[in-house]
Amino acid sequence: MLKLIDVCKTFNAGTVNEKVALDHLDLTLEDGDFVTVIGSNGAGKSTALNAIAGTYPVDQGKVLLDDVDLTDMPEHKRAFYLGRVFQDPMMGTAPDMQIEENLALAARRGNKRGFKWYITPEERQQYREMLKDLNLGLEDRMTSKVGLLSGGQRQALTLLMATLKKPKLLLLDEHTAALDPKTAAKVLEISDKIVADNHLTTMMVTHNMRDALAHGNRLIMFHEGKIVIDVKGEDKKKLTAADLLEYFES
Amino acid sequence: MNYFSVFLSSLPGACAQGLAWGIMALGVYLTFRILNTSDLTVDGSLATGGAMCIALMTAGVNTGLAILAAVFCGMLAGLITGLLHTKCGIPAILAGILTQLSLYSINLRIMGNRANLPISVDRFKLLVSQRYVRNLDLKNPIPVFVVIIAVIIAILYWFFGTELGSSIRATGNNAHMAKAQGVNTDTNKVLGLSLANGLVALSGSLIAQYQGAADVNMGRGAIVIGLAAVIISEVLFGKIFKNFSLKMLAVVLGAVIYYIVLQLVLTLGLNTNDLKLFSALIVAIFLAIPYFKGGKKDA
Repeated sequence: MLKLIDVCKTFNAGTVNEKVALDHLDLTLEDGDFVTVIGSNGAGKSTALNAIAGTYPVDQGKVLLDDVDLTDMPEHKRAFYLGRVFQDPMMGTAPDMQIEENLALAARRGNKRGFKWYITPEERQQYREMLKDLNLGLEDRMTSKVGLLSGGQRQALTLLMATLKKPKLLLLDEHTAALDPKTAAKVLEISDKIVADNHLTTMMVTHNMRDALAHGNRLIMFHEGKIVIDVKGEDKKKLTAADLLEYFES
Repeated sequence: MNYFSVFLSSLPGACAQGLAWGIMALGVYLTFRILNTSDLTVDGSLATGGAMCIALMTAGVNTGLAILAAVFCGMLAGLITGLLHTKCGIPAILAGILTQLSLYSINLRIMGNRANLPISVDRFKLLVSQRYVRNLDLKNPIPVFVVIIAVIIAILYWFFGTELGSSIRATGNNAHMAKAQGVNTDTNKVLGLSLANGLVALSGSLIAQYQGAADVNMGRGAIVIGLAAVIISEVLFGKIFKNFSLKMLAVVLGAVIYYIVLQLVLTLGLNTNDLKLFSALIVAIFLAIPYFKGGKKDA
């Protein structure tokens, strides 16, 4: 269970560029929730995700995950609990390293990294199977450099890396925004499958209202650092793009 | 063909020097290409290695121990640069310059406030010495360098294939990804800088033995020689050597080629005072080539 309690974050405090990104934000996610997050630019969606991931410290409030207090934990330690996929396909993978090297690194998230060889033959076999499931032909390119892959392939790989070691929370930050519509749909389909197969608690930020409606069991909308809409279950199923647009415009 | 015979007779010396500096070039390769930072500690830590080794040997310490101590001091220098960078938020280049500058004073201290510390090949058991570079026996320093370099490349190849080594490569390649995968990028940067400067100091200790003296200025411009070796290796061997161990070998060959070319232009009459200008020009040109070609590799 994720709990954000009274979280505040202001950028450039005390200057003319002061920007309140999170304004006394409270949010609770139940285990297994798949929440889609929408809101206009600067509403605080990405800031909320980054506050959970520890990209920067928050000004006040608490971030709790299953009663573990993440608030003051450095980013690399939080990674033990979190899987992350970023908007920029370049950000989630190491381009000059091989596909299998990237996967092996991800498989050891949160473990102590010592003097054992970076990968075992069993892992190789396991990764090949997993890549086959993606249906992108990557299983035959395990020693290719990730930099040679397309944006969509890289996002699919990043998704696999984020969930190879089951995270307590999966954070998808507009992870299809940089892809063409067809590839975006494919990556979303893979996301859905991975989330369902592993029963992952997930937060997915998106700019696409249709995607926000079609995926997940709960939808929240940010506005000026606060959550202004929070719809779950049956109510979410009834929600339409027109309803959301109304909110956007009001 | 007088030039030619002079050049030929100076070839063994150029090779030995290239191999000795090649070890330093491996250190530069680690920071510049694997950690993706420019570390200027090198100019100081090379002299630290030489100074420490010669000071200890003249004080009666066994050669092997003196070299080990030199490596340890180099690693310490790298550690300080790393901590200045990661814990104090100083940009890596500036952190390196600060360490390098402070090492100048420290190196003078190590050598008992002298700028130059000679060591006699007749009175001490030197591992490598310039005197025997044309010998055809086991005293010749070239096979010694070759063995040392082979061992270093083997160790580095193993290390960067381990979980830890692989996480260091990821740190240099994409720090965002590394952090998201739970890698402590700060620790890894410090580790990498220590390792690199340990190699540089090892190189310094061997260079000092080879030339029969440690000098406080021996490291001046070392970073440029290291970069030259790395870039020569990539231009000449980048297309053929893909394996990591071969890439490291190419860096050492790059240093050897650098010294052979240097020897050639010296034989042809270049003033030794103009050497640094010449080296800097070569490196600047080779660094600029990928940029002008429109390649995306940013040096």
